[in-house]
Amino acid sequence: MAAETGHGELTTSGYIEHHLQNLQVCKDEAGAWVWNHCAGNPMAINVDSMFWSILLGLTFSFLFWRVAKKSSTGKPTKWQAFVEIVVEIVDGSVKDTFHGKSRLIAPLALTVFVWVFLMNLMDLVPVDWIPFISAEYLGIPYMKVVPTTDVNVTFGMSIAVFFLIIFYTIKNKGVGGFVAELTLHPIAPSFKGPAIIAAPFIIAFNFILESVALLAKPLSLSLRLFGNMFAGELIFILIAILGVWQLPLHFGWAVFHVLIVTLQAFIFMMLTIVYLSLASESH
Amino acid sequence: MDINMTLIGQTIAMIVFVWFCMKFIWPPILNALEERQKQIEEGLAAADKSQEKLVEAQAQADEIVAEARQQATGILDQAHARANEIVADGKDAGVKERERQLAAAKAEIEQEANKAREELRGQVSAIAVASAEKILNREIDDKAHEDILGKLAQEI
Repeated sequence: MAAETGHGELTTSGYIEHHLQNLQVCKDEAGAWVWNHCAGNPMAINVDSMFWSILLGLTFSFLFWRVAKKSSTGKPTKWQAFVEIVVEIVDGSVKDTFHGKSRLIAPLALTVFVWVFLMNLMDLVPVDWIPFISAEYLGIPYMKVVPTTDVNVTFGMSIAVFFLIIFYTIKNKGVGGFVAELTLHPIAPSFKGPAIIAAPFIIAFNFILESVALLAKPLSLSLRLFGNMFAGELIFILIAILGVWQLPLHFGWAVFHVLIVTLQAFIFMMLTIVYLSLASESH
Repeated sequence: MDINMTLIGQTIAMIVFVWFCMKFIWPPILNALEERQKQIEEGLAAADKSQEKLVEAQAQADEIVAEARQQATGILDQAHARANEIVADGKDAGVKERERQLAAAKAEIEQEANKAREELRGQVSAIAVASAEKILNREIDDKAHEDILGKLAQEI
């Protein structure tokens, strides 16, 4: 409860709002870079989200790269064994679901899984620690440390997945296949006889339905992760308001949250694999 | 909670990290894993094979030992027989030698005895003749009693 620095008196809603505020930077009308006056500006950047996201991505890359660089077939070190377990889990999930051949999907799944897991894991750092340190000692007024509670971050990842879905559909089925997938399902229009009159309407209907289905994939992917992590973070913040009673409650919720953190990372990875395997398999 | 440029930034970051993982992390780890799997598989197969070989060798060794034991028994039996034979031969030869020597000794003794007897006989007859001569010289004529003395000497 110590994170308020020069933003009026300490109120409950002020505290929560402060914790949900990203550190932002953007250009104002005059073209100068300004901090934290960027509400509604589409060109703003959430510096804290980007910082933690890239830091954790680098952490993942570095830790796994170190193993990869020294990987040998001999007796593995403990850390190597752990990394290999993670790789095996991801590899197994990919092989179970995705039957095509792709050099991209397994590394993508691994990156997504570990990266999202690490970003989610930031939720277990007590909510005031990092914001307090950055406010008191670094002079940074806002610091949201869990990147996956930022809808931009989850959307950023799901949009990459979305473009990969389209890419794989076109790569495996051609542009015609992609168009056919959007227009000829779920009701197959007939092009023979008098029924041809109905065909354009059916195609239009199919197109609306399938477009929504296609767009729903990245939307649900990102909103599921964002929703879970945002809600979890919010509950941590609410628990932090309770004073001394926060200790047992925080512990209980943290234990439960470990499950959510892992599960959401795994779901994000699994759905990425499933969407891409659907895109590259003809049905 | 507004959508802003962070979205693009995150997408770019993701592309970079995925590319890095695809290039530098995934292939070496997976290669090592598959390589090790292969090695373990081979190791297990080799262990199985050597186990089989061990059983085989054990059987072979047992066979050899049994054969050797049999041979040893045979040799021992043979040796015993030979020893008995030698002992028996020795006994036979000894008996024969003893008999031969005995016979030789007997013959020698006989010979010596005969020789002594002959000598004794000659000496006795000479003594008898000499004594008879002395007696007869005094009492009787040599010629008259010569035949009697000759008979006497013959009888001794």
